[in-house]
Amino acid sequence: MRDLFAVVMMSGIFGLLSASFFVAMDAVDVAFTEASVGAGIATLLMLTAVTLTGRLEDSERHKPMWALVVVFITGGLLIYGTLDMPYFDSSQAPVHLHVAPRYINDSMQEIGIPNIVTSVLASYRGFDTLGEVVVIFTAGMGVLALLRVESRPGIDQTMADSIFYLMHERHLILRVVTKILIPFILLFALYVQFHGDFGPGGGFQAGVIFAAAIILYAMVFGLPTARRVVNQTFVRLLAAVGVLLYGGVGLVSMLNGGNFLDYNVLAGDPVAGQHLGILLIELGVGCTVASVMVIIFFNFSGRRNHS
Amino acid sequence: MDIIFDMSSALCLLLGSFLCLSGGVGIIRFPDFYTRMHAVGVTDTLGAGMILIGLLLQTPEFLVVLKLLLILVMTVFISPVASHALAKAAFRNDLVPLSDGNENKGETES
Repeated sequence: MRDLFAVVMMSGIFGLLSASFFVAMDAVDVAFTEASVGAGIATLLMLTAVTLTGRLEDSERHKPMWALVVVFITGGLLIYGTLDMPYFDSSQAPVHLHVAPRYINDSMQEIGIPNIVTSVLASYRGFDTLGEVVVIFTAGMGVLALLRVESRPGIDQTMADSIFYLMHERHLILRVVTKILIPFILLFALYVQFHGDFGPGGGFQAGVIFAAAIILYAMVFGLPTARRVVNQTFVRLLAAVGVLLYGGVGLVSMLNGGNFLDYNVLAGDPVAGQHLGILLIELGVGCTVASVMVIIFFNFSGRRNHS
Repeated sequence: MDIIFDMSSALCLLLGSFLCLSGGVGIIRFPDFYTRMHAVGVTDTLGAGMILIGLLLQTPEFLVVLKLLLILVMTVFISPVASHALAKAAFRNDLVPLSDGNENKGETES
């Protein structure tokens, strides 16, 4: 497929389809993440990138033969590898015998929150999640370092006004509906953020939804207007604060005499400590994810207006 | 009372599924972009709405009813606006609707 727009749309559809088969396999948390990240924000960011690069793929300067051979060999090895895998649905599969029974049987006493996925993600595997948040933060910083656009305040002001009024006539219906919807999207993001202990959800999904609301505002009301509403310096600060909050929870638990990210020692009662720790690190994750998404979008599309 | 709920719910679900199916047929069979969009718009709004209403009549739990209602309200808000934005974007980019006068390239069926 030559048309990059169609390729991006295909990947979005693929994200949505994989989200539905995750639902069919009862992995609602993963499905939620896939739907919001894979089908939602990733498609959006890739579309923004396509507006920068141009819509058509360049013609190839090399033969794809060797690449195809490598793909076939790797694919063959992977299929050969699956022969040793346990049958689908087998209860004797190693993944069900290793740590999963402990999570399922003991997490309610140890962590005390109903959603096991959240307790694995935020507490048992808290260190992994810290790594993921740092990766997202690094991605945001990379975009800032490579694509950052300095906004000039004087020109920005007049441009913001002119774009705002120019778009007002054209997008009247979109604007009205967007204005009504954005508070609900933000509210839903907060619900997902703080309900993650009890149902599917958590910092990653909430951050993406929160960012989606801001990006929607920027798309309908123009980038300069959105720049005035959402302070870029504050967003950058928030991205760092999220990671620091996460790491800080770990440090506090060390100072209180536990291991790094051992929330048991955060409060008098271990279960209360776990609750507090999970709430705080999910908040950190949400802050970082939301602000990094906003940073990436603003700098991508700001570059487009710039050139 | 139960049987009335069940019957109307089944009716709504059937109607919704039929509308979704007809939307799927429409997007393949209709001749140009705008008519296809009309088919998909019906699927988005009325098809999904009917299915949601059908599900609403099935659930005894208040919380689930509330969530379904919220999804319904959101669908009613978002889908027509999305169709509107799509059609407007196409029109602004000079995609002329199919009429008797002009022959669109592509699959125009007699």
